[in-house]
Amino acid sequence: MTDLAIHSADRDIADTLCDQVRTAYETRTPLRIVGGDTRAFYGRPVEGQALCLAAHSGIVSYDPVELVVTVRAGTRLDALQSALFEHHQMLPFEPPVFGEQSTIGGAVATGLSGPRRPWAGAARDFVLGTRVITQEGKLLRFGGEVMKNVAGYDLSRLMAGAQGTLGVLADISFKVLPIPTASHCLRLSMGVDDALGKLAELGRQPLPITAAAWHAGELFIRLEGGESSVKATRERLGGEALDAEFWTALRDHTLDFFTLTEGQALWRLSLPPHTPPLSLDIAETDIFYDWAGCQRWVKAALDAKTLRDACQAAGGHATCYTPEAQGGAAEPFTALNAVVEKYHRNLKTQLDAHGIFNPGRLYAAF
Amino acid sequence: MNILFDERLDGELVRRDKHEVLTDLQQAVPSMTLLHREEDLRPFECDGLAAYRVLPMLVALPESLDQVEMLLKRCHALDVPVVTRGAGTGLSGGALPLEQGVLLVMSRFNKIVSVDPDARLARVQPGVRNLAISEAAAPYGLYYAPDPSSQIACSIGGNVAENAGGVHCLKYGLTVHNVLRVDVLTIEGERMTLGAESLDAPGFDLLALMNGSEGMLGVVTEITVKLLPKPETAKVLMASFDDVEKAGRAVGDIIAAGIIPGGLEMMDRLAIKAAEDFVRAGYPLDAEAILLCELDGVEADVDDDCETVRRVLEKAGATQIQQARDELERAKFWAGRKNAFPAVGRMSPDYYCMDGTIPRRELPRVLKGIAALSEQSGLAVANVFHAGDGNMHPLILFDANKEGELALAEDVGGKILELCVAAGGSITGEHGVGREKINQMCSQFQADEISVFHALKAAFDEKRLLNPGKNIPTLARCAEFGAMHVHNNELPHPELPRF
Repeated sequence: MTDLAIHSADRDIADTLCDQVRTAYETRTPLRIVGGDTRAFYGRPVEGQALCLAAHSGIVSYDPVELVVTVRAGTRLDALQSALFEHHQMLPFEPPVFGEQSTIGGAVATGLSGPRRPWAGAARDFVLGTRVITQEGKLLRFGGEVMKNVAGYDLSRLMAGAQGTLGVLADISFKVLPIPTASHCLRLSMGVDDALGKLAELGRQPLPITAAAWHAGELFIRLEGGESSVKATRERLGGEALDAEFWTALRDHTLDFFTLTEGQALWRLSLPPHTPPLSLDIAETDIFYDWAGCQRWVKAALDAKTLRDACQAAGGHATCYTPEAQGGAAEPFTALNAVVEKYHRNLKTQLDAHGIFNPGRLYAAF
Repeated sequence: MNILFDERLDGELVRRDKHEVLTDLQQAVPSMTLLHREEDLRPFECDGLAAYRVLPMLVALPESLDQVEMLLKRCHALDVPVVTRGAGTGLSGGALPLEQGVLLVMSRFNKIVSVDPDARLARVQPGVRNLAISEAAAPYGLYYAPDPSSQIACSIGGNVAENAGGVHCLKYGLTVHNVLRVDVLTIEGERMTLGAESLDAPGFDLLALMNGSEGMLGVVTEITVKLLPKPETAKVLMASFDDVEKAGRAVGDIIAAGIIPGGLEMMDRLAIKAAEDFVRAGYPLDAEAILLCELDGVEADVDDDCETVRRVLEKAGATQIQQARDELERAKFWAGRKNAFPAVGRMSPDYYCMDGTIPRRELPRVLKGIAALSEQSGLAVANVFHAGDGNMHPLILFDANKEGELALAEDVGGKILELCVAAGGSITGEHGVGREKINQMCSQFQADEISVFHALKAAFDEKRLLNPGKNIPTLARCAEFGAMHVHNNELPHPELPRF
């Protein structure tokens, strides 16, 4: 195992957190689970006593040869990524960082993934195991630190994206991967229909593409892989060179595009591959296609229903990233169908009988 | 180990008269094939774990969703357990029938609904064979990545139930990483879609939960899988070692060099001999271990990586390194590995296949432990190993006709799994818990963790009618098994009787 640079601030406060959860369970006190508090905009506002995870930080173990790292939830994303970078490894799902306080626990709880998502996989795909604090304040382990493990139900992946509504993520083990040896980013001028057609055509070939976006007449592509294949693909595709920082800015929403004007809200449309542009009354410059078109950022003053109906008709769904207090939709997430909702409620009742974990964060009813 | 459902340890089942259930189901779903005579039930008495057999009360062979829906509604109303079965190739007894239960066989749902090359998706029914998906996608240069060794026979529905892996999953993931959407019927007969053709869906990730849930949470009726472009080329290197530990270290060295091989497999001396005798794969009989390392991708990158891996293997002390010269030789190298189980089956009247996973660094220690168990028991053990992702398949050789050997093999198997858990691993990497490893679950999980699994189950199937007795043991069983973890020196659930 690698010697870790242990920061003096790193510590394990799981016992204290368990005590706090146990008290909340006994007194029926709702908890608002907070890491770096950089993702509070994502989801409905939660009223509750803060359960602070930020002090529960540090890398528990990291063995680059095993491709596994285990971290406490309060560990800052930048600290984790630097530790991995020293060994030329990375979290392949490219989690967005919404400020230096952003934690890995928040990244997994929200389940958000960056531009590499369609090629590498989502946050949940790289979660191997977790230690979770249950409603009764018990610290339990699910999954593990091995690549393959099908013993019991996959509770760890269920926690990814559940936004803390089913339990508190204390520690998380990830599969990590080597950073590709070569990379090249490029931009090509073309219209949206040509771009989507080209991406479908390229997608059927074994090419080293790890990001693809389109905005305002330009197709942006990132190539990553071995020296030879990146060079060959670069020569084949041509175009102008693009700074790799473009993808970080897209990931973290720091591109100019993400500045809203009065009355606009930011929406994320999640659509099946190869979905043509939707017929919506939105200026083309207010739409940013990421994930080869599967994830589209939209700045719009449209009502939620219009957007959601259009997405649903295409087999997708829409999420509002602008909080209601700032003019966004009251329900940030698309409503569930009745049967699916029934089983969500059942699960919530089983794992959080008194509704103490981030109540209402996903949906008003639970 | 008593493999049969034991109401004392696995929970009570409602007793129903077979003719009452038969009549009820025949009236409710008259168009559905329903087998009830002993000679018709016999072929369904076991799955791929053939040492364990139970005759089901009835076998249902529906052909339409409406039939499955009605069947489930009636079983739910009558409190009759339902065990779902796909192709019946599972190795952990996940589809072992129940005497008081209906065996729901999904094999007639065998249509590929659609293949969309532009979206790189295929919609398939659960009875479609794993390999048939890749065959349907091949004209577009696409394929379905997870490739369990049984892929010519196993069905995709069973793959979802077990979260099946294969030899390429370090690089391409397990079933859970390659399924986008499943349609499910609940035990109450409700239709539910989990996941989506888009890359995510609102709400909890119930799709991830459904993968590997062993038919305990719902019945999968349709699956949308992701297709990948076929790699331009694949090349395989075979390295021989005079010491198993050296081979184990070489695996780590390859990963440390920043290479993620498409497949990275290891076999020990006994497995090499069995495979060589069976398929003449060209394996070196004097080696203590061989590594098969497949590198796939774009031709130029693969050539670079082959060179890097060759250097790593030389440095790691390989006594011989051979690169398959052509596609024919590559197929031959793999044939030995893919046929390792039947090959071992030729050496011994019976064998018992384990499926533990460990962190790779623990390989030398666990192999020594296995060798010691083999020596103590007098049963030979051949080791086949998905080395890249730490998934071991020790094959314990025995003769079921010899008094006590099956029990001895089970005992050695159980101890091997406990070695894996002690090394920080898991009792099952890809075959599932099923009925086979139900007791070892008590070694891997504490009572409180098992209680959470029961809570999850209750959210979907409160009456515990879907595949009872599989995957998750009762706390009573763990108490009896005696390996329940004692946490902070407090015996959990002291109110439970301990048999």
